[in-house]
Amino acid sequence: MGQHTVTSFDEDLNAIDRLVHDMGDLAADMVVASTRSLVETDAVLAQRVISDDAIMDARQRELDDRAITLIAKRQPVAQDLRAVVGAIRMAADLERIGDLAKNISKRVSAVGEGSAPRSLSHSIDAMAQSVVAQVHEVIAAYEGRDSEKLKLLRAADENIDIQYTRVFRELLTYMMEDPRNITTCTHLLFCAKNLERIGDHVTNIAEDAYYVMTGMQLPLYRPKADETSVAD
Amino acid sequence: MHMPTDKIVPQSDLYSRESTTARTPDENPLPVRVKARDVSVFYGQKQALFDVSIDVPEKSVTAFIGPSGCGKSTFLRCLNRMNDTIEGCRVSGLIALDGSDIYDPSLDPVELRARVGMVFQKPNPFPKSIYENVAYGPRIHGLARSRSDMDAIVESSLQKAGLWSEVKDRLHEAGTGLSGGQQQRLCIARAIAVSPEVILMDEPCSALDPIATARIEELIDELRQNYTIVIVTHSMQQAARVSQRTAFFHLGNLVEEGPTDLIFTSPVEKRTQDYITGRYG
Repeated sequence: MGQHTVTSFDEDLNAIDRLVHDMGDLAADMVVASTRSLVETDAVLAQRVISDDAIMDARQRELDDRAITLIAKRQPVAQDLRAVVGAIRMAADLERIGDLAKNISKRVSAVGEGSAPRSLSHSIDAMAQSVVAQVHEVIAAYEGRDSEKLKLLRAADENIDIQYTRVFRELLTYMMEDPRNITTCTHLLFCAKNLERIGDHVTNIAEDAYYVMTGMQLPLYRPKADETSVAD
Repeated sequence: MHMPTDKIVPQSDLYSRESTTARTPDENPLPVRVKARDVSVFYGQKQALFDVSIDVPEKSVTAFIGPSGCGKSTFLRCLNRMNDTIEGCRVSGLIALDGSDIYDPSLDPVELRARVGMVFQKPNPFPKSIYENVAYGPRIHGLARSRSDMDAIVESSLQKAGLWSEVKDRLHEAGTGLSGGQQQRLCIARAIAVSPEVILMDEPCSALDPIATARIEELIDELRQNYTIVIVTHSMQQAARVSQRTAFFHLGNLVEEGPTDLIFTSPVEKRTQDYITGRYG
């Protein structure tokens, strides 16, 4: 895509795009660190994730300010408008991913007081790896303007839902085996739910990025495989 | 179940024609008021417009956008044969109003221009009173049988143009004494006075301040209930605000036409995208 006649318009748009990339990288780092802190009961790493969340929030505010100012000053249309609105939405999802990662890290001390979580968290570890891969891939696909990849990513969220169901059953089994596991397993269950929610935010980001790139909305239907919820 | 026949809008032949124009139909197409097919315009040897085909739907606003010299004003002026007055100008192709060819030699251009009114870039009231500015058209077309008929036409035209309350106590003062925005609304009242079907507007707000512009835009939106409006504008935001369909011209070609919402969010053609986003060199 060519340059705007007004070059400062390009600079404003690029600044917003850079913030999305920065937030994306930070979100991926936070998810990696939070799951590692959980599995390895690493309180120092957990603390870093908690303080990273403040940086994430500040970036989101900066992005919102820049986006609002750009709309007010330049009245973007077509791809420019989609890029700005898409950035606002993606930033909101990235910020939520940061919150959820922080949430996982906050539980590290609580989980650590119980029995060693490592033996209980094998399947969470596997699930976390899938989620981290999804976060990395959605950021890469956005940076690489790869709309086909985004479609696949959105579909791949199903795997995370399946893994969540598996973790849920596994933790339930541990709890039934030994009631002393209940506290730890409940914390781990919340962590797994947070990971599952992160997967949903990745899906949102994939949908927004796809719209930014193509101007078309992905169809509403998306496979659902989380069988633990009875509400729907 | 049968639909009343007058509600059925047949799919336009536009979409089955071979053409370089990217077209997107409306979800619920309105009946077509003006139909243009393969319209080319030459100024002497120079071709200014190349095979433009488009449908202008009734009771809606169609905006023509594009850089200077793209042919949008040339095409607009074809729609009421304003180009007839230009030496060496030749128009080919078909332009039909309500199904009849407006370039039919038996058709009186003066009659045509009563049906297809025009508002220009610079407000150009006659050097006469406000009343006479509006009464002129109905008088030459014999639309008023009596003085009270004429008074009624003048009042209703000024009402529709949103000017009545501002001028009703000074109808016999000079039209040229009004502010720019009022003069432009007077010109719109003058165009409306002969009960046209179509109103052509050639950059009607480019000489006006933002508030006068907003009033004209509000007026255009009201007029759309009863008239078919075609507007040429250099302000993309104005096209986005006032029109239901937008046509983008470039180098004498109609590049793309479609619903305004679509053109300004996800245009089909890269050239349209580049122009509306400010990337066109």
